[in-house]
Amino acid sequence: MKSKFHPDKNGYYGQFGGAFIPELLYPNVKELEDNYIQIINSDEFQKEYKALLKDYVGRPSPLYLAKRLSEKYNAFIYLKREDLNHTGAHKVNNTIGQILVAKKLGKTKIIAETGAGQHGVATATVCALMGLECTVFMGEKDIERQAPNVARMKMLGAKVIPALSGSKTLKDATNEAIRYWIQHPETFYLIGSVVGPHPYPDMVARLQAVISEEIKWQLKEKTGKENPDTIIACVGGGSNAAGAFYHYMDDEDVELIAVEASGLGVNSGESAATSQLGEVGIIHGSKTILMQDEYGQIVEPYSISAGLDYPGVGPLHAYLFDSKRATFMNATDKEALTAAYELTKIEGIIPALESAHALAVLSKITFKKDQVVVVNLSGRGDKDLETYIKHLED
Amino acid sequence: MKKLETIFKEKKNLLSIYFTCGYPKLEDTTEVIFALEKSGVDFIEVGLPYSDPLADGPTIQDSSQKALQNGINLDIVFDQLMTIKETNKTPLVLMGYLNQMLKYGEDKFCQKVVDCGIDTVILPDLPMVEFENHYKELFDKYGITNVFLITPHTSDERIQKIDSYSKAFIYVVASASITGAKGDISNQQIAYFERIKAMNLKSNLIVGFGISDKETFTTACKYANGAIIGSAFIKNLGKNGVDKIDDFIRPIIS
Repeated sequence: MKSKFHPDKNGYYGQFGGAFIPELLYPNVKELEDNYIQIINSDEFQKEYKALLKDYVGRPSPLYLAKRLSEKYNAFIYLKREDLNHTGAHKVNNTIGQILVAKKLGKTKIIAETGAGQHGVATATVCALMGLECTVFMGEKDIERQAPNVARMKMLGAKVIPALSGSKTLKDATNEAIRYWIQHPETFYLIGSVVGPHPYPDMVARLQAVISEEIKWQLKEKTGKENPDTIIACVGGGSNAAGAFYHYMDDEDVELIAVEASGLGVNSGESAATSQLGEVGIIHGSKTILMQDEYGQIVEPYSISAGLDYPGVGPLHAYLFDSKRATFMNATDKEALTAAYELTKIEGIIPALESAHALAVLSKITFKKDQVVVVNLSGRGDKDLETYIKHLED
Repeated sequence: MKKLETIFKEKKNLLSIYFTCGYPKLEDTTEVIFALEKSGVDFIEVGLPYSDPLADGPTIQDSSQKALQNGINLDIVFDQLMTIKETNKTPLVLMGYLNQMLKYGEDKFCQKVVDCGIDTVILPDLPMVEFENHYKELFDKYGITNVFLITPHTSDERIQKIDSYSKAFIYVVASASITGAKGDISNQQIAYFERIKAMNLKSNLIVGFGISDKETFTTACKYANGAIIGSAFIKNLGKNGVDKIDDFIRPIIS
């Protein structure tokens, strides 16, 4: 069935998307565009992808009814445990898929960008698995605040190149990866989120869609119904939200809540709440909503969470926002920290700072009786321990 | 200001220089243009500083960031260009990124470009399909010409199509690279230039990316109507200032 939330032939979701790339990248993007659906839908790919997700990643990830959290907020709150995946987050669903696409296209050198380092680690991991050369671009500032992930990537054999331009975070790492790609067209750019030129947003969404595919049957097993009332996921670029929403986008009775990072507060000047602060523009090859000044210069975002510190959102999310299909909420650094400590104390799960933003809106919503809520727990908090320890006294 | 097409009819081996507006100092935009004109540059690419210039290497990135710190913005650029509209004779080509035009307002942007006496723009992240679907009509309305880039990986079929859309010139990107690539022109590049030349396109050809001195300029001119120097010029400008522009240009065109 053709969904209105799938892109058209030019990669547009409504007015958002497209492939705004320099001519230098045209052959690479075209090659991928011509082949990705056919590859992903092939029996050979599906067999290998599913086998790796099962035996290597550890899928299906559990759907866990968080009883004490549910009691506290008067709802049935299920956590989709992407934090239990190999490498500690949802990112690996995408990298497993894209590395198989890259192999099918005969590519041997892989490049990637990373913010928190989760996508970098997930990419370095699949490159180690497949014996492919891996180069990861990471903002210099992120290298400092995510040291354990930098060490993991290096241990996995990846070369980590610091992005020294601009704000030295995810946006700049992506710029550097694209520049490197232009200069090395033989490489495969393994993008980590539902961003970038078409077909990347659609390809990554399809590869993350396994999250909602599993939620459907898991919820049916537990409650007798496939559909929850509400799904909550955090959004930086938006890959875990795209995956958690994917098979529910056409079911209008399922409420979709996307949670952005508002840093020190939406209007503090130190925020990454793109939907609230952004306007239509072009970033990393895609027309979407992005944070920019009156002259179209891209504004440097801020969040305590390196994975949400991005001035745009994927074009699918821009469309979900613009069409009002999804509700966009946000959480500050402080609210996310509070939610992280709470989940740790009452459920014994230390979430990633990114996922803590999704949890933080539970206290802002008034749930109706017996409301079934799924929160996508996109990653685990090991990488954020230093931040958590630092703020424990606050 | 002379028309770009006139320059192409009058001369061979055209030298074009790219510079970043508002660099090294905010008010240098017009100073640089006059110095380039005086030195005998045939046409000038006026770079609009952008926060995220995807197709540019470190030199132009740095100059853009510096210019933005100097306080440059599109309104100031247009004001600066308006002041020299009558006095400057050298054709100007505007080079920026699509988001700058989008945010400024597409019609407002085009009107300002025309008001400044400019009729040619280069937007490296404007793809052909978007041009066909929307921007061709917009630019036609204002009499603005868009310059397309071709690279060693652009297919002949696509080059033919680009040729049909090109009114000013085709920007022949010398190698698979961002701006600021260094070194000699390789045999592989020569083969690519010869392939393009043999296609007998109707459009004028200007080679850019990786042209830095007299030697690379002369080689590029064998296969095209001229060449553009960008990063090498910016580097010199940053180091030696506006006063020494002539020292950089003279040896190339002598």
